[in-house]
Parts: sequence; C-alpha cells; structure tokens
Amino acid sequence: MNISIFDVTGPVMIGPSSSHTAGAAKLGRIARLIAEKPFKKVSFGLHGSFADTYKGHGTDIALVAGALGIYEYDERLSKAFEIAKEQGIEYEFYKIELDDMHENSVKITFEFENGEKCDIFGSSIGGGQIKIVKINEFDTEFNATAPTIIINQYDKKGVISHISRVLFDYNINIAVMKLSRTAKGKNACTVIETDSSISKEVVDELRLIENIISVQAINI
Amino acid sequence: MSYNTIKELLSMAEERNVLLSQIVLETEMTLLEVSKEHIYNEMENRYNVMKSSAKNALFEKRKTAGGLIEGITKTHYDYTQKNDTISGNFINMVMSRALSCSEVNASMGKICAAPTAGSCGIIPAVIISMEEALGLSKKESIEGLLCASGIGAVITKNATVSGAEGGCQAECGVAAAMAAAAAVQMKGGTPAQSVEAVSIALMNVMGLVCDPVAGLVQVPCAQRNASQAVNAVISADMALAGMKSIIPADEIIEAMYKVGKMLPMELKETAKGGIANTATGKVIFRDIFGK
Repeated sequence: MNISIFDVTGPVMIGPSSSHTAGAAKLGRIARLIAEKPFKKVSFGLHGSFADTYKGHGTDIALVAGALGIYEYDERLSKAFEIAKEQGIEYEFYKIELDDMHENSVKITFEFENGEKCDIFGSSIGGGQIKIVKINEFDTEFNATAPTIIINQYDKKGVISHISRVLFDYNINIAVMKLSRTAKGKNACTVIETDSSISKEVVDELRLIENIISVQAINI
Repeated sequence: MSYNTIKELLSMAEERNVLLSQIVLETEMTLLEVSKEHIYNEMENRYNVMKSSAKNALFEKRKTAGGLIEGITKTHYDYTQKNDTISGNFINMVMSRALSCSEVNASMGKICAAPTAGSCGIIPAVIISMEEALGLSKKESIEGLLCASGIGAVITKNATVSGAEGGCQAECGVAAAMAAAAAVQMKGGTPAQSVEAVSIALMNVMGLVCDPVAGLVQVPCAQRNASQAVNAVISADMALAGMKSIIPADEIIEAMYKVGKMLPMELKETAKGGIANTATGKVIFRDIFGK
C-alpha cells in the first residue's frame, strides 16, 4: 500500500470544497512564498470552474486567505477579506481564459511597493492538491508537496553544476529537477524538489553563485 | 508484506488473528516511517476535528452561501430530542451528526475530509455515535478510524473517491463502506464481517450520481451524508447478522469504479444533471450566481 491513510481521512480543512476552497487557499499560500516580498496588492484571474462557481465555494475568500499566509485548516480563513483590509492589502478578481489549463486554475499577480509585479499560474487538481505551472514567463510544474527551490538564472554553462554542488555540500538530495528558459542564453528557471528542508544558509549560498538572479525556498 | 486489495488486507488480519486496524496501523508505520504513537496522535487530532464538526451545528444554524441547508441540523436535532421518531434515537443522532458536519462544511467551518469534504459527515457520525451508544473508549474509536481509513486507502488505490470521477457513490458511498467496516469492528465483529459490511454498503449505493444544486456542497450532499451514515449502520448490522454479500468486496469496488466511468459527465459534480438540472434547481443557480 502506497497511499497514506491520512490522505484518505484528511486533510483537516475549512470547507466546503477540497478543490475550490482548500486547494485555492493552498495556491494562494504557495504563490505568496514564491513571490516572497511584501506586497500591496494581489489580483486573481479566475479560469474555468473557478470563474463559474467561485462565489458558492468561497474560492475568492480562500485565495485571499492563502495570499495572506493563512493555512487551509485555519479558521481565520473565512475572515480573509476583513484581515486583508486590516493589513491594508488590496485584492481583486477578474475572469480570464487560460489556454490548455486545468478547469480550476488561477493567475495570481502580486504587486510590490516598488511597482514591480510577479505572476504565478496554478491549478487546484483535486483533494486539496495543487500544481504551480508557470512563474512569470517560465513554464514549470510542481505540486508543493516536497521542499522546493525556485531559481531564476541566466542561461549559462555551469550554473546547474554549481547549484548541485551547493546542495551536495549541505547533504540535500534532489528528488525532481526541472529547467526551462525563455530563449538560448537568456533567462532560465530551475525548480528543484528535495527530500529534506532547505535552510536559509543554503538559499544564501545559492544566491552567491554567478549568473543566478534569484532564489526562493518553499519548505512544506 | 503489505496489501493492495481488501482480500489481502483481510487475509493478513486473519492469519495473525488481529483486527483490521492493526494491519492498517502497521502498514502506515512502515509507509510513513513513524511510530505507533505518532499515528494514534495524528488520528486523534482528526477525530477531535470530527467531533467539533459533528456538534457545532446541532444547537444553532450556520450561515452558508446560498443558504440552502441553513438550520437543517438544529431542526433535526430538536426532533431527535423529542424521543418520538420512527427510526429511534440512535439512527436520528447518527443523522443529526452527519448533517452537522455537512452544515459546518458548507458554512466555511473546519472539517476533516473523510474521504472528501462533501462526504465529511458519514464517518464521524457513525464512529462518534457508536462510541457514545456502546460506551467505548477513545482508543477504540481511533482504531475504528484506522480500520475505515485502511478500507478507504484500498478503494482510493483501486477505484476512486472523487465525485467528479465516480459520482456520489464514490464519495458518500465509499464513506459509508469505510464507516460500515469501522462499525462492525467497534461492535466486536470479525474482520470478515467488516469486509462483508463494506460490500453490502457499496451494493446499496451502486450508481448514485453527484448532482449538487447550483454546484454547492449542500443539497443533496447533506441529505446524502445523513442517509449514507445510516447505510453504514444497517450494512454493519446485516453483516453482523451473518449476511454474505455473495460478490467479493474487491469485485464490488471494481464494479463501482466501472459504473462511475460509465456515468455521463452531467451526473458527476458538474451540476448539469439530476436534481441540479430540475426547473427549481436551475432557478436557484440563477438566483445565486446571477446568470
């Protein structure tokens, strides 16, 4: 048996829907970790079933809750709009058509104090599980079920070997690694899922590597 | 040594003359590489959430989007308290608790999916009511949950527990099968009787469609939580009486999965068929979503 009983009896979550509420909250929460910086506004482009039925399932409330860092099982989730107001964070929703994406998908845009933006595309794939499929212009795919490192770099020779050297030095085993780039020699994005959590020291060391633009760690 | 079918799970329990929950526990310890205490604690946390959700709508109504089931739990609980019901106090408390979980879920309250959010009332209703009626310990209830969860893991692996993939039979039906196995164990039945109860519960619900009005997890989800919790209890009683399901549990699970695949998409959580697609159902959809 390779299915945990806790995936059958669980998760503990705020209702009513594992895909439209818990999954939405997790999407918001993981997107916040990817965006990393404090933000002043967050926008949600709702696609497919998310666009059609979000009102009845509290998908909108759950997305905002996640973006505020509230977990899927936290009873503050239903008060997300009020909490956002208290924190002075703006939010908005609009409908969007996202080609070839899952029925329950969302484009999350964080706007930072300096005017910069970060776009994260993800889907709620059932049972509270999610996948992140695009970060800014980079296609990717990870489920945020394992610790994950997201690296933006210039597409130069040797960067990957430097990354794996740092992980080796810190005794971190790579479970899955995905690499994508906008064009040869331009920007690239590396997503690495690991078997153990990623410390701040690891992130700091990765940031020192030449040709690396940014590094974010998501510890589950 | 592990199991991937109900037959394998049962033979492992019978060979060692232990409860199904013991095999499920040991398998989980190996899978997650954790101690017995860790699993009991983790399951107890979930049981505590179940107990809150099974109680929190009994005494006052909860605000829900669309308001289709607001207050149904309190109404049913008040009726139960009058001790003048057709099916008796136990069955009516089972239904009250299942309704409470559904109403709490619909009101954006905290629940434990079992196996899904839409079917979150069935297992709590049965296990809490059994514990109360038979004066069982919390440990026995948690072992009931382990037993139910092991059955659910096999069904998740070999079929589906998703309404979008298999209809309501796969959500509330599977929850009833899981709860039925637990009820038999908690009543002191044999592992073989638990397995018969799984089969009987699934036979009773074969083909049930998922047709939520306005796409909300309210009607008929709350009613199905109540009725499938009762299905679990009566299936357990039939198995304890000595009834055989004739068709083995693994074959019934496969049949349920195939029936789910045969169901048209209109009857699988899309709110395009069944009672969702009635004249009144469509009006409710328009009233809530404005289109």
